[in-house]
Formats: sequence, structure tokens, C-alpha cells
Amino acid sequence: MTTQTQSRMGATMNAPSALPAVPVKMQARDVKVFYGAKQALKGINLDIQENRVMALIGPSGCGKSTFLRCLNRMNDTIENCRVEGRLTIDGDDIYGRDIDPVQLRARVGMVFQKPNPFPKSIYDNIAYGPRIHGMASHRDEMDEVVQKSLQRAGLWNEVKDRLREPGTGLSGGQQQRLCIARAIAVSPDVILMDEPCSALDPIATAHIEELIDELRENYTIVIVTHNMQQAARVSQKTAFFHLGDMVECDDTEEIFTNPRDERTQGYITGRYG
Amino acid sequence: MTELADPDVRAVSPARSRYQSDEFVARLRRRYAAEQRFKYAGMAAIGLASLMLVVLLGSIISQGYTAFQQTSIALDITFDAAEIDPQGTRNPEVLAQANYAKLIRDSLGTVFPEATSRADRRTLSDLLSSGAPFELAMMVRDDPSLVGTTKRVWLTASDDVDQFMKGFIPRNVAETERRVNDVQVAAIDRLASKDSIEKSFNTTLFTAGDSREPELAGIWGAIVGSFMTLAITMALAVPIGVSAAIYLEEFAPKRWWTDLIEVNINNLAAVPSIVFGLLGLAVFLNFFGMPRSAPVVGGVVLALMTLPIIIIATRAALKAVPPSIREAALGIGASPLQTVLHHVLPLAMPGILTGTIIGMAHALGETAPLLMIGMVAFIVDIPGGFTDSATVLPVQIYMWADSPERAFTERTSAAIMILLGFLVLMNGLAVFLRKKFERRW
Ligand SMILES: Nc1ncnc2c1ncn2[C@@H]1O[C@H](COP(=O)(O)OP(=O)(O)O)[C@@H](O)[C@H]1O
Ligand SMILES: [Mg+2]
Repeated sequence: MTTQTQSRMGATMNAPSALPAVPVKMQARDVKVFYGAKQALKGINLDIQENRVMALIGPSGCGKSTFLRCLNRMNDTIENCRVEGRLTIDGDDIYGRDIDPVQLRARVGMVFQKPNPFPKSIYDNIAYGPRIHGMASHRDEMDEVVQKSLQRAGLWNEVKDRLREPGTGLSGGQQQRLCIARAIAVSPDVILMDEPCSALDPIATAHIEELIDELRENYTIVIVTHNMQQAARVSQKTAFFHLGDMVECDDTEEIFTNPRDERTQGYITGRYG
Repeated sequence: MTELADPDVRAVSPARSRYQSDEFVARLRRRYAAEQRFKYAGMAAIGLASLMLVVLLGSIISQGYTAFQQTSIALDITFDAAEIDPQGTRNPEVLAQANYAKLIRDSLGTVFPEATSRADRRTLSDLLSSGAPFELAMMVRDDPSLVGTTKRVWLTASDDVDQFMKGFIPRNVAETERRVNDVQVAAIDRLASKDSIEKSFNTTLFTAGDSREPELAGIWGAIVGSFMTLAITMALAVPIGVSAAIYLEEFAPKRWWTDLIEVNINNLAAVPSIVFGLLGLAVFLNFFGMPRSAPVVGGVVLALMTLPIIIIATRAALKAVPPSIREAALGIGASPLQTVLHHVLPLAMPGILTGTIIGMAHALGETAPLLMIGMVAFIVDIPGGFTDSATVLPVQIYMWADSPERAFTERTSAAIMILLGFLVLMNGLAVFLRKKFERRW
């Protein structure tokens, strides 16, 4: 029994031996997060595999966003938020002395719940990141970065004639893809998405889901979602959070068809009716 | 049984009847009536406020508009070479020393040959400003070839003649009751019949410094003093205030001491301005020995006064920038400073500029603290530097309001109009900048 639950946490261990082992991109070990005296995460262990989509599901307030924000140290910006435990990316301690949070956030990009383009032109929205990181030395190079990022985010054809127009003038779904393009532009390894579709209509949502599937080839993606079908559609691994605990993490199909924990079962069936 | 047979009717009819009942209609009517009453009360309040503004502006303008005109008198002046430059050297110093008052007396003598007594001639001389000989001296200085010629020139009339011409000194009262005597009234009428006395635009008001003679007094000295003082205020208060606000709002950890600072800044904004004047007197004049009446001291004192206003406005503007913009910038690896400088500050700019300009407008209209540091002195010269003695517009208004001459009354109102003009200009600038920098997000 004990061995079984442990193996469920270390997802690499129970990977079928027939397939080659997928390398682990990010790893969380006994991560605890406190907001002042209030504990939001109670010791999370989780492996995030490279070039896979990991979905985080669970009821509101269970700590999904909190965990996500640990992965790129966005929690640093929150007053009196304290993180304990060990988080690594490619084996390097994220909270260690060698990692600069500013650099880390370029490496671990983030897309937020509400599309938040800068009140600047579409071009400048994309170019800002590469510019501050010195990733393009002259105009042609920058133009190329902008074009490639927009193409990868599937937005290029829609905006190629209006790059100088404000990014805030786009539709909600386009804005969210612009934000994804903005994150891609600084060539991250990992992209974190916190309920990226919750403010979008079904068509825009389908667009983003397709995009996530394509992006998996080049990036490791962690997505928080309230929408169970969405988790089932886009992710290969799913982790279920409940009241600050990571209850179980397994292949998405496994979680949805054969959940081990009754809390998971309750949550999933509750949603499906 | 029949009731159950038609569930639709059961579901709809009670609701429908409730919203059609007399009680409901009456309540609706009361609600509309309340709304109407509130609307009328609001309109009445706005009407009253507008009325007061109109009365205020109306009284100032009606009292002050006459100051923009000044009476002058035309005289044929003989620039007698023997009188002005007996040696014929055309030496500017000699030209400046000449007795121009005598030229004026001689000219008046030819216009009014009947006035032979000393007293009458004196009375006639008083038609002209005591600055008139100086005006002649300036003409000769600018154009020495005038010497030896005779020319009709316009000279500034005295303030009493000016007030008489504007109708503020009635002619049908006893001679002892008015400041223009019968001889002068007759002379003015004679001049008027020859088109030799008239009102024209009062340039002196805009170009001269203060003077004891109303017709020679201007507010240019005060305007220059105000600008110098405000320049110092802005140079100190804006960078310090904006940086302090950015630090407090964006970087400072929330601790008991930041709360304490916040409370103190808010309190500072409510401290009576004269207290800042006392502080300036004690610290800058008495302790540091800085010069009295100088724009540099006034500027520092006003900067202290404006600082909390700018800090509060800037913090409010920064707070109004949505946190999602900060997250967006931080999320792609901008440093906190880059986030603030590239994204937050540009969005907060309209608010910061508005707050700054309103703070500056406050400083422009401030009198009390400047009285404490000696900027209330009577200063004739236009200040040439930040440490020269100077006065400022509101203090000038205060001093003119205190002067007994009738002509200063209208000049006081005129100066108020000019000060209000500057304030309107500054507020207009604030609106313009806000419109220009405003962006959606
Ligand atoms: N900035 C914060 N300060 C204090 N408590 C917070 C903060 N952010 C989140 N929390 C608390 O932490 C818990 C987890 O929140 P969150 O990670 O946002 O949940 P989820 O994203 O799963 O809905 C909640 O109980 C929430 O109230
Ligand atoms: Mg959340």
C-alpha cells in the first residue's frame, strides 16, 4: 500500500518499461508554501516531464496557482509569502543562490488567467522580452523573432498586417495567444498557464487547446484548469490537488478512468454529473 | 385538480399579479419621485456653486478690467539742447542727468499760458506721473538725435488723473472732496478737447516691477519671482516626490515603519502652510543663513509643502495601474525596476502629471509661508537671480490690496485676474497632458 502511493507520486517510476523514460524537467520535493501564518501547500512532491503537458486540477483554493507560481518564483513578488522545500529545473535548485529569479522567469514563462497584453503595439508586446534580454541585436533579427513567435502562437496570419496596432485592440482569444507568443519570444523551456481559457469563449478555447498540443513539441507545459474535459484533451499527465495536498498524479487517462483516491473520484464524478 | 392541470398559469400568474398590484405601482411611483427629488437637489447644488463662481469672477473682473488701461497725456516737448546737453558731448551720463521735469513744466506752460502762479504750475505738473521725466530720459537715451528737436510725446498721467478719466473720481462734488482740483479738471477738459489725453493699453502693468506710484507699478517683478520660486519648487519636489512614491508603492516592504511614513505623509499634506514658513524661517534663514526674500528659500519652503501632495498623487496613480501589467512584465523576466520604468510609470504618467501640476498650482497661489521668509518686502527691481530679493504674485496682490490709493484697488483685481489666468493655464495643461498620455489597458 505504502509503496503503491509512493510510486504514484514519482511518476517516472511507474512509467511502462516498454517506452523510453521521459526526462524530468522540473521536480518538486516536499514543497510547502505559507501566506503569513496560513499554509497553502502542505508538502508537494511532483515530477514534471519534458515536452509533456501536465494539467493541475482541483477545487478552488486548493493551491494550484500557488504551486504554479512557485515554479517561476512569481510568489517572490507577494508580500509575506514563504516557500519551503526543494524545487529544481534541470536539476538546479530554483530557490538556490545560483539562480536569478529574473533569469528564471525568462526560462519558465507564464500565461495568466486574464489576457494581459501591454498597452503597446502588437509588435512591441512580442519584442519587449527579447529586447530586455538582448536576444536580438538589430531590427531584422527582431522582426524575425516577432514573426516566428506569432507563427508559433498561431496568430501571425491574423495580425501580420496590423503589427503596429495596439495589442489591447485584439479579441480576448487573440490577446491570450498574443500573451503566449510573448512568452515564447524569450525562448523559455517551460510555459506555465494559469486557467488560460477561463475568460474565453468556446471557439477561442479550442484554438488555444490546439496550440497547446502543438507547443508540447518544443516546450514543457504546466496548465491549471477548472475544465475537466480540457485537462483530458490537452494533457498527458494530470495532478489532482485538494486542500493544499497533491492527492494523486498519473497519466491523464488513468486519472480520469481509474482514479485511486476517492477524493479524486468525487471531484471528477461530481463534475461529470 | 384543475389548478394542477395547468402548471404554466400557476407559475406565472402570481408573479405577474404582484408586479401589477396597486401597492407595487405606488412603490414604483415613490421610487421615481425620490429619484426626481435627488436630481433636482443636485441641480440646485450645481446651480448655486456656479452662481457663486460667477459672482466671484464677476466682481473681480468688473473691478479689475479698468486696470488694463492707463491714461496718458500728449505734450509737445522741446528737447532743448542747451538744457539737456549744454556741452554737446552726447555723453549718455550727461543726457541721463538732465532736468527733464523742467522740459515738462515748460511744455505745460505753453499749453496753459494762463497758469502763472507757482501753485498753479505745480498743480499742472501733478497731472503727470512722477515717472514722466524718467520716460523722457529713456527716450533721449534710446534716440539721442531727439536733442534739439520738438516732438509730441505721450507721457503717463498720474493715478488721480487716470482715475478721474475712468470716472472713479466724480466731478460734481466739492473740490475738497476729490483728489483732482478744479484747475486740474479744467486742464483735463482742455487736453481732452485737443485729443491730447486718452486711455491706452497699460503695458506698464505687465512690464514693470512694484512701485509706490500706482501708474508706475507692474507685476512683472512678481511674475518673474513666482517663476523662479516655482522652478526651485519643481526641481526639488518633483524628482524627490516621484521617487519617494515609487519606492514606497513598488519596492518598500509593508512594515510598521512604512505604515508610519504613510500616515506622516498624509498628515504633512494637512499641515497649515504657515508652519512650513516658520520652519523655513528657523532652518533656512536663521540656521543656514540663506538670504531673506529670495526665490531659492521660497522655492525650498514651497517644495516641502508640495512634496506630500505629489507623493500622494503619484502613489494613487501607481496604485491605479492594474497588477496584471506588473505580472506580465515580471513573467517574461523583466526586473522589478524595468517593470516599473517601462510599464507602470508610463501608465501612471497622466495621474502623476496631474498631481504635480495641481501641487504646483497650490504652490503658485501660496502666500502665508512666503510672508514668514520675508518675500513680502517692497521690491522695485525685477529679480535677476535665485538669490535676489523677490516677491511672488499672491504676495504682490496682498500688498496692493493693502495700499490706500484708489488706483491700486483696480490693480489688485487685475493682478488676481492674471494669477487666475496662470492657474487656469496650468490646469488646462494638466487636462491636456492627461488626454495626451491616457492609454487604455
Ligand atoms: N496572496 C495571497 N495571500 C494570502 N493567501 C493567499 C494568497 N493567494 C492565495 N492565497 C490562499 O492560498 C490558497 C490557495 O490559493 P490558490 O493557489 O490561488 O488556489 P487555486 O488556484 O487552486 O484556486 C487559498 O486558500 C487562498 O486563499
Ligand atoms: Mg487559481
